[in-house]
Amino acid sequence: MGEFKVHRVRFFDYMPAAIRAMAFNRRTERLALARADGALEIFNFADNYFQEKVIPGQDGRAVEALCWVGRRLFSAGLNGEITEYDLENLRPRYTVEAYGGPIWTISGNDQGTLLAVGCEDGTVKMFEVLEDRIQFQRNLDRQKGRIISLCWHPSASLIAIQLGPELLAQSSSEVVVWSIAFLSDHTIISGDSAGKVQIWDGLTGTLARTHLVTKWDVLALSVSQDESSLVAGTSEGTVVQFQFLSSTLDGQNKDWVRTRTFKNHSHDVRALVHTETAVVSGGMDTQLVVRPLLDKVEKNTQESAMRKMAFPHRSLVCCAKKAGLLLFQFPDHLELWRLGESDGHGDLPVKRKPEKLIQLKRKGEDHICCSALSPCGGWLAYSTVTSFRLYRLQNNTISITKVSKLPKDLRSAHQLCFSTDSSRLFASSINSSVVVVALNQPECKYLHTLKPKSGSREPVHLLFASEDGKWLATANTACEVQVYNLDKIKLHCTVPVYGSCPTAIAIHPTSSNLVVVHADQQIFEYSLVQKEYTEWSRRLQKQGLHSLWLERDTPITHVTFNPKHPAHIILHDMFMFCVIDQSLPLPEAKTRLFNQMILRSLPEPMRILHRHAFKMCKTFQNLMCVRLLEDHSLVVVERPLLDIMSQLPAPVRQKRFAT
Amino acid sequence: MAALYEGYTLCGLAPAQNQSNSGVLGVEAERDSDHVVVTDSTRSVTLYKVSDQKPLSSWTVKQGQTLTCSAVYNPQTKEYVAVSDGKVIRIWKQEHLLLDQAFKATVSADVWRVHCVAGGEPVVLFKRGAVRLLDALLSAPQQPIEEVLAQEESIRWSTNIVTESQQFAIFTTEQKGDHFLYLQRLNPNTLQRYRLEREEPGLSPLSFSASYRDKHIRLLYLYPNGHVYQSVVSERGLVTDEGGQAFPLPRSLLLSLPVGEGLLEAASAQALDEAHIAVVGVPHPSAGSGKDFLCIWNTNFQTLQAGKEIAGKIYGQLWSFWNKLFIPHGKTLSVIPYECPKSSLASALGKMRQVKTEESKAPTSVPSWNNILHEEKALPSRTVETRKTRITRKSQSSSSLTNYQVLELIKTAPVEEVQREVDLLLSRTDIQDLQPSLGQLASTLVSRTLQDPAFYTPSSLAQLVHTRCLCHSVCPDLVLLALERKDYFLCQLCLQFFPDIPEAITCACLKAFISMSDVDAENGSLEPDGVSFMETLIARERGPDGLLNGFSPTSAAEYRSDGLGGGGTRAQQDEEMTSPPPEQICPVGLHKAVLLNEVLQTAYSDSFLLPHLKDLSSQQVVLFLQYLQFLYLKYSQDAFPQTHGLRSPSLSQILDWVCVLLDAHFTVLVMTPEAKGLLVNLHSFVKSQVRLVSELGKIEGSLQELNKMTAKKDVGQYSIEIIELF
Repeated sequence: MGEFKVHRVRFFDYMPAAIRAMAFNRRTERLALARADGALEIFNFADNYFQEKVIPGQDGRAVEALCWVGRRLFSAGLNGEITEYDLENLRPRYTVEAYGGPIWTISGNDQGTLLAVGCEDGTVKMFEVLEDRIQFQRNLDRQKGRIISLCWHPSASLIAIQLGPELLAQSSSEVVVWSIAFLSDHTIISGDSAGKVQIWDGLTGTLARTHLVTKWDVLALSVSQDESSLVAGTSEGTVVQFQFLSSTLDGQNKDWVRTRTFKNHSHDVRALVHTETAVVSGGMDTQLVVRPLLDKVEKNTQESAMRKMAFPHRSLVCCAKKAGLLLFQFPDHLELWRLGESDGHGDLPVKRKPEKLIQLKRKGEDHICCSALSPCGGWLAYSTVTSFRLYRLQNNTISITKVSKLPKDLRSAHQLCFSTDSSRLFASSINSSVVVVALNQPECKYLHTLKPKSGSREPVHLLFASEDGKWLATANTACEVQVYNLDKIKLHCTVPVYGSCPTAIAIHPTSSNLVVVHADQQIFEYSLVQKEYTEWSRRLQKQGLHSLWLERDTPITHVTFNPKHPAHIILHDMFMFCVIDQSLPLPEAKTRLFNQMILRSLPEPMRILHRHAFKMCKTFQNLMCVRLLEDHSLVVVERPLLDIMSQLPAPVRQKRFAT
Repeated sequence: MAALYEGYTLCGLAPAQNQSNSGVLGVEAERDSDHVVVTDSTRSVTLYKVSDQKPLSSWTVKQGQTLTCSAVYNPQTKEYVAVSDGKVIRIWKQEHLLLDQAFKATVSADVWRVHCVAGGEPVVLFKRGAVRLLDALLSAPQQPIEEVLAQEESIRWSTNIVTESQQFAIFTTEQKGDHFLYLQRLNPNTLQRYRLEREEPGLSPLSFSASYRDKHIRLLYLYPNGHVYQSVVSERGLVTDEGGQAFPLPRSLLLSLPVGEGLLEAASAQALDEAHIAVVGVPHPSAGSGKDFLCIWNTNFQTLQAGKEIAGKIYGQLWSFWNKLFIPHGKTLSVIPYECPKSSLASALGKMRQVKTEESKAPTSVPSWNNILHEEKALPSRTVETRKTRITRKSQSSSSLTNYQVLELIKTAPVEEVQREVDLLLSRTDIQDLQPSLGQLASTLVSRTLQDPAFYTPSSLAQLVHTRCLCHSVCPDLVLLALERKDYFLCQLCLQFFPDIPEAITCACLKAFISMSDVDAENGSLEPDGVSFMETLIARERGPDGLLNGFSPTSAAEYRSDGLGGGGTRAQQDEEMTSPPPEQICPVGLHKAVLLNEVLQTAYSDSFLLPHLKDLSSQQVVLFLQYLQFLYLKYSQDAFPQTHGLRSPSLSQILDWVCVLLDAHFTVLVMTPEAKGLLVNLHSFVKSQVRLVSELGKIEGSLQELNKMTAKKDVGQYSIEIIELF
């Protein structure tokens, strides 16, 4: 089919932050996850664990605990503040100072009426949850040490509080209870820094049972909703499961029995969630692990497969395909790189090394939430939750000048996109709207705001401007895909809403077909001219995608086209990139999906017989980005997990034989 | 094929404290096949409906009284008879609820047991051997009871058999380790006494079982060593000898059961029909040494027909009524239904064949011309060992001399006759059948030879060894005898065919072979195989020098000069170049070499061999080492030795022997001046081997580098590559 010249880039030093806290909303099946840099991520467990929303962090905001109250998300941190988040505009809604020093823990009661926070000064403060804010209600009696962990009794009349550090008389060493759980039968379970999971009778205050699970700390506990299973995360990176089982057949005399140990982390497990079917864990090693419990799910299905989520489900790399520039987005700075060059043919020694042109530090304390580089390489834009900045670049002389006069509608953006000719900038704004700005030397001018008819308030997370400048496609987290006609400045059509969130969209440069890939790995092609799904898309849906395609566990994060071959769609996820040749037959269920090695070994005439539409390449792994430059060479940006691991602090030492 | 079906529990047991006693005194048949009476060893009698596993009635004697014999059912009167406290006979019917209200009669002597079988009257057997019909006894309960048994003789087992014409009370007794069988006919009363043949001292029968068939009473008894004997007594009986003299009771070995480790302790054998016996408490032949199996054996074909593991302790008790086996084990009394259809040959061949010591081990059956010629109505298959064929063979062999007779003959007869008879015996019979007797034959021959210096039958012995049925353990003196008589051919055969020659003997052979004069060696013939091998080897002495394993004598010489330096070696080396080097000439004669080769090929273990090797003198060691060196060099030159298919030592065997010899004698050799050259040569062997290995290591290293070069490709921070999609 063809050769690609590939720029294999490994100099993007992306480093995710450690996972600090998690909270799972059982009703909406959303997992909220807080990282050490204060960033918040929302995963939709009902939609293939797709990372729907990211709220960027802020300097000084160290989230220690998270808590859902209904659909509202609260966090508390060592800065002593309680924050509620605006999940539609992806920013903190308001912040309330608790006046108790750093807050270690936050917990809402089951009724959703009260929030309790545990503070450094030993107080537990109760806040009433009101419609649009929270209001301080009262202080509980002040304890001697800081409140590390607290937990509501399901009936909400009681609260279990853990003080720390607690001094144990016999060992005379400080033992901190890191986490507690309070069950409806008044059993209190604690995990402490001595490596013990202890089960207490909450009524009498007596210790019922002690399980020593590690030599190090037990940092996190989580109980399943039916209170039959309990997981404890340790500093060794293990997650230990306990189950409430009876030792005899008649079901009497149930006891907490240690049943399983999972080792999916190399470092501390700081946050744990016990969902109905799985154990979700995260910690210092930055990966989110969903480990299904095999007694709860059907075996050998996609549901029973373990998932590790290491990379964000959106692109942190922007590529100026005409200029051969790469823009890397970090929370606190941007890096602009120029790709290297080779002699052109044959085996490719690098003639010119890639170089870092610009490292741009952000201003303010809010982290960067999105950034974009114009295709010509002349414009650079980034946004935080509070500010938006646009820069003019001169590549030849490597100069950067900030565009100072910005339209006031352009205050903040969830997603940014330049038109192909670099004359327009599209920025997704509040309430699913898109602000269009014209870029002219030397200032930029607000043109108009595009709004969907649906009135959805969910943020737009994907933007794509067509090559010919006629169309703009947007996708929001309510799964809506809108296409605007930029000539007429109005909504052209809304693609029929599919039940899974779009993860990548693109409009074909010549045929104006919109390709949408969803979190459940489905691919749709929608004709903007006919306003209907194309023939190929229908055929694909009719025949169904190959099972191996559907079983991939990372979403497609980018779709692009090859101008040389109009029938080719290029897309990639974390572990492969794929060229879909629409002119070839679709792979049937029993054909081999990954057939490149076989085709390679076959003589030319035989290949035709075995070819199918999905040409998948797994040569490159841990992909952050795959882009096609204008000279038809590919840029792949890899970030080997090993490199991430090597930057983590050393894990707790474990004694092994002969070490 | 007999089969054991799934068993079920009839009732629980209360075994005695010490666990040796099952707690069941007896199980007796009741009115039909579905009812049994179980008497426990304390106080109660219970009537069970077997298929329902349910007790129907139960009777108990008062506290303080005990039942001393199992209750029996008299089908004629529908009464139960039991004895309590030795002397009180109790008779009751099923409708009696309380035993105390039933009929009681006290007799004047202790009762051993009451027996009653269908078609016969109840019989009372007293402890001292007297027998009465119950009716006769009850008519005068206090009648005097005579003593039949001698002092210190006591009853071990008893039963009651009713034939068409007569009723028998049968019991066995023991007196000072002797066992007797008493056959008491009733009406008219006669008593016969038989003495059981003694088994190995100290063994007394574990169980007896009697059956009546074809006008003969067959007694089956099992010994702790697993032997099951059958004795057959005619119903009519011999003329009674009033003197009370016990007749010897002829017996035949029906089965020799595998016993595993140790002797059987609690086991029982029960005849099921003419061809089948049930045995409990013996190991299953294919299930290790656990003795907790119930097996049904076919005695005609010696085959195991069915087996079943029995859980819990087995007490050696077994009853069978109406195709059901009753076994107390652990804390239960189980009923196991069985089926013994008439055996057919085909079914008998189905399962495991009983290996009898007298039977062949027959790995391969060698057809004997004699057999085919003289036994034209030959057996359809050799595996069918019916009694009949065994008898025919016996009668046939008796036409000439039997094994036994030959053995006797060997002890006295002159050489020629012995030789002739042994040859005859060997040619006549199927050798496979004779294996144990061959051993006997050989050892008898050897012992005669040892006693009588004039007596020696080399060809017979050689022939015996050639059968490959002998081994060193069977006749341990044979090899040394052959050495003593300088019968090197026999020695060679022994070394070749005996798998178990101890290292001491091997060393003795080695010593004898090395030190014997070449004249002695060349006398007599040897196995042609080894001889022709050595001939080809020696014939190549003048062959062209090859280079194998990186070693050639010239290169060795170079290394030597490296090592020693001296100018004298140069001249020596020149000398070597003109005439064949001394290590290229076989240092021993042809026959000697052949014999040494045999020694090289015997199996040995280093640690056992070493101490014996130290017995060799330094001269012998040097000579042997020279010979080994010669072999090594020959082997190193060409890749020929093994290709001939002749019997020859392998290169590794040669090297192993060199190592062992050096281990044993190194200090001596270092001090011996004539060994110096040899050691230097051996040193150069080692050097060449080390060189070879190091060269191989280098090759391996460079190959690995190649491997690495292709596999590892460092990507680095940035690269531009070409990929191709198809």
